Amino acid sequence: MSILDSKIPQGPLAEKWTKHKSAIKVVSPANKRKLEIVVVGTGLGGASAAASLAELGYKVKAFCYQDSPRRAHSIAAQGGINAAKNYQNDNDSVFRLFYDTIKGGDYRAREANVYRLAEVSPNIIDQCVAQGVPFGREYGGLLDNRSFGGVLVSRTFYARGQTGQQLLIGAYQALNRQIAKGNVEMYNRHEMLDVVKIDGKARGIIARDLVSGKIKRFGAHAVVVATGGYGNVFFLSTNAMGSNGSAAWQCYKKGAFMSNPCFVQIHPTCIPVHGDQQSKLTLMSESLRNDGRVWVPKKKEDAVKLQKGEIGPNDIADEDRDFYLERRYPSYGNLVPRDVASRAAKERCDAGFGVNAEGKAVFLDFKYSIERLGKDVITARYGNLFQMYEKITDTDPYKEPMMIYPAIHYSMGGTWVDYNLMTTVPGLYSIGEANFSDHGANRLGASALMQGLADGYFVLPYTIGDYLADEIMTPKTDVNAPEFVEAEKEVTDRIEKLFNIKGSKPVDYFHKKLGHVMWDYVGMSRNAEGLKKAIEEIKVIREEFWKDVRIPGELDNLNPELEKAGRVADFLDIGELMARDALDRNESCGGHFREESATEEGEAKRNDELFTYVSCWEYKGEGQEPVLHKEDLVFENVKLTQRSYK
Amino acid sequence: MADKILKQLKIKVWRQKNAKSKGRFETYTIENISTGSSFLEMMDILNNDLIEKGIDPIAFDHDCREGICGTCSLYINGRPHGPDTEVTTCQLHMRKFKDGETIIIEPWRARAFPVIKDLVVDRSAFEKILQAGGFVSVNTGGVPDANAIPVSREDAEESMDAAACIGCGACVAACKNSSAMLFVSAKVSHLAKLPQGKVEADTRAMSMVAKMDELGFGGCTNTRACEAECPKSISIMNIARLNREYLKARLSR
Repeated sequence: MSILDSKIPQGPLAEKWTKHKSAIKVVSPANKRKLEIVVVGTGLGGASAAASLAELGYKVKAFCYQDSPRRAHSIAAQGGINAAKNYQNDNDSVFRLFYDTIKGGDYRAREANVYRLAEVSPNIIDQCVAQGVPFGREYGGLLDNRSFGGVLVSRTFYARGQTGQQLLIGAYQALNRQIAKGNVEMYNRHEMLDVVKIDGKARGIIARDLVSGKIKRFGAHAVVVATGGYGNVFFLSTNAMGSNGSAAWQCYKKGAFMSNPCFVQIHPTCIPVHGDQQSKLTLMSESLRNDGRVWVPKKKEDAVKLQKGEIGPNDIADEDRDFYLERRYPSYGNLVPRDVASRAAKERCDAGFGVNAEGKAVFLDFKYSIERLGKDVITARYGNLFQMYEKITDTDPYKEPMMIYPAIHYSMGGTWVDYNLMTTVPGLYSIGEANFSDHGANRLGASALMQGLADGYFVLPYTIGDYLADEIMTPKTDVNAPEFVEAEKEVTDRIEKLFNIKGSKPVDYFHKKLGHVMWDYVGMSRNAEGLKKAIEEIKVIREEFWKDVRIPGELDNLNPELEKAGRVADFLDIGELMARDALDRNESCGGHFREESATEEGEAKRNDELFTYVSCWEYKGEGQEPVLHKEDLVFENVKLTQRSYK
Repeated sequence: MADKILKQLKIKVWRQKNAKSKGRFETYTIENISTGSSFLEMMDILNNDLIEKGIDPIAFDHDCREGICGTCSLYINGRPHGPDTEVTTCQLHMRKFKDGETIIIEPWRARAFPVIKDLVVDRSAFEKILQAGGFVSVNTGGVPDANAIPVSREDAEESMDAAACIGCGACVAACKNSSAMLFVSAKVSHLAKLPQGKVEADTRAMSMVAKMDELGFGGCTNTRACEAECPKSISIMNIARLNREYLKARLSR
């Protein structure tokens, strides 16, 4: 489509980034000091970007809703970070990492972006080590690697089961250094509620000080949104309680296109839902599938007894266990990619073989590897995960298999960006999980951390200069401009409108209701009829929400219910757009499974002829249908094939 | 392992409208809580009850609910993060409580952590301590290859032990002097144990300790309460290391 210019550089794939960097403009140090940049979100993307931009000399204002940048949900990533270092001499390369990522994403990502990601990945590891990230090491003192799902080499760097934490602390330390120097003004407990445009360009944001309730204006020459994904639209997910899609949604309403919103990742190994009191799901690392065998009973009567609690898993003999992943996918077995493993678990549970009271769980059994390797080896590998599992479920996974079930984990979809990471609004950038660009329809394990840091340390600090070079004559943004006054009024009006509904039901009531609709119709398995139903049901929930939500407390004080209400109001809209997008994409690819597009054996069937594009949704106003634009994906370096793990 | 139902619990909780107002305890009753629920899920349910009754819900800090972000911070029955070991409040489960029990919930109590509302406290003093020197002074780019400097596995592991700190503040809340020594020492150790952090070890130890003192944290008297309550089992060996680093820095001046 002509209105979307992805700005992908010409030339051979391996030279695009180098050529592009030499072609784009650079801002002089003297001018950088005069330019202000707002960065929203302080996870791996936001913190690394804010620190790097401040080091370059820009004046940065950074925002997070938490009480410290270190709390951002990047911190919860467990397994590791990929990089094409080839330290293991196993023939890894930039091209191989690029290829694995493109294929893992089921050919729905841009070649040029993914190649660049792989290209800068080694620099990330260098940077993190220099910052003092205590990666796992070999006895000789050099860095150790792990292997992860969906690939044939060992390229994953890790810091025990807390890689995300350590990488975020590295970026946070760099950020703290710039805060101390006065180059970054840090606004903790502030939530962005709108982006402000002047003459079509992003010129700042409106944010609410969550402690005082004050609505504040912040001007800048460019705005960077690094606010993560929207997985909490499902109510239950592995995201943090505060993770939300609101900043990205305000950008959408101000003209930034939203791409592939239906692409969300469902992680197969989470602790199952335990009743109706649950508010959050906990992930068990993908690495467990290296040594755990997934099974359900072969006989339905055994499953029924398990569901009633009449027997335990150890009462079922080996020959009566159905290791369904090994049965269906003999070559990859328990290590099939996340989307495949999730669907297979759902299939067994839907058929009545689920193993907990709700019938929505399967076993992940370490009995066999303990027999083979000994308990000590398993403890060394997974001790902290086993401890966490026992704390949550009160079951000892050394003695009884874990129960697991798929849960919403990551959003591949997000704000559309060009090669420079700029959205369709000039001066507005989106990085990390918040954008759509690198993971296609399915993200590989250990690639989210890589993307967040690639964008923040090594891509945005270059590409933003190309835009800002033309802004050096633009004076400091006047936050008393009519555009700011108008935006602030809109934000205040909306908050007051929500607050004054004074209905009868708490925010969670609506959020849970939305979550059920999303999980049932826009979850692991989707069809046209269900998606249409979801769109209608969401409309009903939205209407009820705006009539009957009750927000207690005060506007000018810390008010978590008010914060939640604003986020859920946006989730209602995001959920509807996800359903529309899923309805449009009548093919199965990656995490998106359309029942209408499956093989005879029930496997996902992509349709490259009709759907080799990025969907790009344009907002047309409240109550109006959004317009779909398409960015055609061109593959010059890889051949599209159906993924098979049999 | 099967979940049971706690028919009734009394929740005695600190209520305080804002930093300036005076706080007080209030007691609420809550019914039918599954022992499989987490402590914060119990709080969610209580809050939704309160909202429906027209009472302002209890503000408390929380986010990841996986025990890693360090946001949650409750002082439950006299212990930071409650009656379980090596967990944060979000990983504490209701099976640790008995039917009919009265559960007392307070915010972190420390001069350096003023209450913002109810159970939410301001921990920005921790931010200021880290900003005083808790980093390695390198810019993005221009750094050597990651394998250019070998680091012994032992040093890397010890560094990681200290780096596991989540900055929740339980150590300060547990300490009768409200000392931040375990927190500060964890950062100093994390970096001092690595060659990359060693370069600035002296100035780091000096400036972080000076900032800690300035912000109103108390001194360490080796009661080890911090270590006992730390959800990540950060060892007081780190305090010994901090003392050594500090002394070394002082002597070299």
